[in-house]
Amino acid sequence: MAQPLVKKDDDRDEEADYSPFLGIEKGAVLQDARVFNDPQLDARRCSQVITKLLYLLNQGDSFTKVEATEVFFAVTKLFQSKDNGLRRMVYLIIKDLSPSADEVIIVTSSLMKDMNSRTDMYRANAIRVLCRITDGTLLTQIERYLKQAIVDKNPVVASAALVSGIHLLQTTPEIVKRWSNEVQEAVQSRAALVQFHALALLHQIRQNDRLAVSKLVTSLTKGTVRSPLAQCLLIRYTSQVIRETGVNSQTGDRPFYDYLESCLRHKAEMVIFEAAKAITELSNVTTRELTPAITVLQLLLSSSKPVLRFAAVRTLNKVAMTHPMAVTNCNIDMESLISDQNRSIATLAITTLLKTGNESSVDRLMKQITNFMSDIADEFKIVVVEAIRSLCLKFPLKYRSLMNFLSNILREEGGFEYKKAIVDSIVILIRDIPDAKESGLLHLCEFIEDCEFTYLSTQILHFLGNEGPKTSDPSKYIRYIYNRVILENATVRASAVSTLAKFGALVDSLKPRIFILLRRCLFDNDDEVRDRATLYLNSLGDGSVAETDKDVKEFLFGSLDIPLTNMETTLRNYAQNPTEEPFDIDSVPREVKSLPLVEKKAPGKKPTPLGPPPPAPTSASDAYERILSTIPEFANFGKLFKSSVPVELTEAETEYAVNVVKHIFDHHVVFQYNCTNTIPEQLLENVTVIVDASEAEEFSEVGVKPLKSLPYDTPAQTFVAFERPEGVPSVGKFSNTLRFTVKEVDTSTGEAEDDGVEDEYQLEDFEVVAADYILKVGVSNFRNAWESMDPDTERVDEYGLGPRESLVEAVNAVISLLGLQPCEGTETVPNNSRSHTCLLSGVYIGNVKVLVRLSFGMDSSKEVAMKLAVRSDDVNVSEALHEIVASG
Amino acid sequence: MNLCPAVKNILLLDSEGNRVASKFFTDDWPTNKAKEAFEKAVFTKTQKTNARTEAEITMFEDNIIVYKFVQDLHFFVTGGEDENEMILATVLQGLFDAVAILLRDNVDKREALENLDLILLCIDEIVDGGIILETDASSIASKVSTNSIDSAAPLSEQTLSQALTTAREHFVRSLLQ
Repeated sequence: MAQPLVKKDDDRDEEADYSPFLGIEKGAVLQDARVFNDPQLDARRCSQVITKLLYLLNQGDSFTKVEATEVFFAVTKLFQSKDNGLRRMVYLIIKDLSPSADEVIIVTSSLMKDMNSRTDMYRANAIRVLCRITDGTLLTQIERYLKQAIVDKNPVVASAALVSGIHLLQTTPEIVKRWSNEVQEAVQSRAALVQFHALALLHQIRQNDRLAVSKLVTSLTKGTVRSPLAQCLLIRYTSQVIRETGVNSQTGDRPFYDYLESCLRHKAEMVIFEAAKAITELSNVTTRELTPAITVLQLLLSSSKPVLRFAAVRTLNKVAMTHPMAVTNCNIDMESLISDQNRSIATLAITTLLKTGNESSVDRLMKQITNFMSDIADEFKIVVVEAIRSLCLKFPLKYRSLMNFLSNILREEGGFEYKKAIVDSIVILIRDIPDAKESGLLHLCEFIEDCEFTYLSTQILHFLGNEGPKTSDPSKYIRYIYNRVILENATVRASAVSTLAKFGALVDSLKPRIFILLRRCLFDNDDEVRDRATLYLNSLGDGSVAETDKDVKEFLFGSLDIPLTNMETTLRNYAQNPTEEPFDIDSVPREVKSLPLVEKKAPGKKPTPLGPPPPAPTSASDAYERILSTIPEFANFGKLFKSSVPVELTEAETEYAVNVVKHIFDHHVVFQYNCTNTIPEQLLENVTVIVDASEAEEFSEVGVKPLKSLPYDTPAQTFVAFERPEGVPSVGKFSNTLRFTVKEVDTSTGEAEDDGVEDEYQLEDFEVVAADYILKVGVSNFRNAWESMDPDTERVDEYGLGPRESLVEAVNAVISLLGLQPCEGTETVPNNSRSHTCLLSGVYIGNVKVLVRLSFGMDSSKEVAMKLAVRSDDVNVSEALHEIVASG
Repeated sequence: MNLCPAVKNILLLDSEGNRVASKFFTDDWPTNKAKEAFEKAVFTKTQKTNARTEAEITMFEDNIIVYKFVQDLHFFVTGGEDENEMILATVLQGLFDAVAILLRDNVDKREALENLDLILLCIDEIVDGGIILETDASSIASKVSTNSIDSAAPLSEQTLSQALTTAREHFVRSLLQ
């Protein structure tokens, strides 16, 4: 008797959250699907079952192959029913089941019958279903009906055929392309959407024929376009044609611009906006062309519809990046959007304003933003902080209010990313605006008094150690730092100890007091903190007021000029081979290894291949050093300075593939020729490369290491060594000939004949250039490194680089000429910029550190001028770099 | 390069972010898990906003999403980041109004589930494989509802309603000229 009671409870639950599909189960529904086989079909019941099946599919339930096939076959029976509603459901479920090719055949005839039905709805839907599930072979059978349907009097049927055509064009373009006459006729249709679909299909059929597209656009921009959607499409095609034709050089007019402009007066908002957007995206758009588009976008800003405001402000935001002046007219409207309900709109408005704002409006703007900050999400706040940072760099005089703003928001609640963005901004402002330094440092000090993020605390302490001692009153920071030693976790304590040591090293008057503080740290319960304190106490001297050693300062402030990955590998090797010798930091290679470009895969699209992951790329220079050290002839050349990337000396797919790697030593150069024999019928023996160095006078050949045998498809090496004068970056051109004895090989047995023939093979020339003598070694803080170099070694000169396509090209050319490592991401040039500064660093042969500051400028005629400033440990090297540029 | 306006998905969720009816037209969300994750994320991002009088808009993972709520139903239309926002809004409005007509203005989750066949047919009439088929709510609704009349309904009635539609179109056109 408990049964009914339970049932009642269930009922009450259903009342609360009723759903006709509550408790639905796949198995039961599949059972229900048997009604499809009844001789007397109950159309209503069948429709309900199909709805249930569709519900399951829509909720993500998947049918097994067998289940799907069963349902599909049952459904095909339903074509017998004359019920319209049921037929629609049948169409839907066939599309959702996506039957396989052999199943499709079952329904083809039914669908083809419907395609020729007198009921428009049947025709339209049967076309869509059949085209969705069909493959190429079937398509030829129904092609005739589809062509008819395209020009059908009923717009729904015509649209169905056209849209299906658009989908089919992806899989069977050759068939769809035959329909272009019918499609062209449909473009003239009086039905608005038919024209839209016909236009889309016609353009896709002809998209590779520029002339045809241009003609299409020309005729339609003069004719009548009936729907806003088709008009939008035409605008897109028009901008494409404009992009491809360019500006008329004589009149300076842009073809079709008038058409775009006339669309700004269209009655549909989507057309107005599409045209405005198209105009703002024209390449090299002029202010005159831009103005009417900006005007309509400005009107949209005050629309009552959020979608319109969003679209307008997003477009203006993009325009502000390239043409900030053109957008300033909208500033008033934009300011009222700061309080917009929709936070996406508000954020876009603020960042646009920050891009276009002028010095006088900054204060007002900051006030508005302060009110706004409290109620937006962190991700938006970060965008705002970044915009404020760039604004501050633009108007350094306004640093006071901007710095205040940053310090205020730093005190408020926020996640790590947000806080990090603020701290980064303050650090950048301190670095670039000297006046902001003292107040900025104090803001940071206050922040670490109550900072929950270890990473940020240590970053700030490190920064404080570098900048604090150079301020007017370093002593005021000590309290904040020592508080960290008392209050924080071990990581923060350790970096606070380092910071204290830096103050002690630079500020002699503070030294005795710093010593007292450091001694207290000797009793810390963390190893690292104690070790650091001991180390600094021993290295800083005896605690009296005396100047600190230069070496100690170097140790505390100098950057580690070794790539950390290299350091890691070397230390690992050192730890694996126990030895009495202390670790020598000079044994760490300094070459920055460029990581192999890993192709970015779309997540989730490809399953990860099974099996072991590909072996980690072994370092090329390590491998070279190992090979070279095994060759006794080259053993006394000393430490390998640099190995170049391989230079191909043969065309691809020739009989023998050869490339060369240039190894640079202090007095020597070794060329490593990597040879591959690509002919199965040949075995090469005694392979050498004859090098003609007549165009490289400073080089003299000292040794050759021939290759005994070179079988098919097994790469091997031969070497040639040259001596060269020390300290001079000798350059020269080398011509090469491969000489060998060739023996015929019987490919069936793999045995070579005894007799061989001497032969030669001409290889291409290569050069040893100045960049071969320079190692790419980055520095982490270029400014510090630059200032720590002796200014007397600086050599500055200016060069004209002639006309260039863009600054990017000029910057890349100079970087590759010098072969130095770009620092701090300065090798990327922002689009369309007219000036750029690039920072490079590296090591010149003889272990001479080199830093280079490049300033580029481009004038209106695309002439590029460059100022090159070099500092290095050796004046001669500074001059050598200038010579490289002057001769390059 | 395909320049045709495209809809990436149409979502109909309830007030807890559960799927009522959704249709995805691109491979951006290959599995049901990815689809559900997207639905949940979009729902969470938008649930606190007021999208009851006017359609609202936001960006999420390089997609533009326009949305509108009524009762316990949340309607979403997603497009790529370069899509014309107003085209997406037009699709949303067409869907929203057509559903209102089909459900006789009783638009809520319960009613939508009871008439799920109409909702699914409605989405099917608005977008085909990402391409916009129709955006006019009354046309969409009439295409869906002419199908759901009983099998007993005479064929002549259908042609009559269509004749009326055609006549109305002709009339409007003559007025415009």
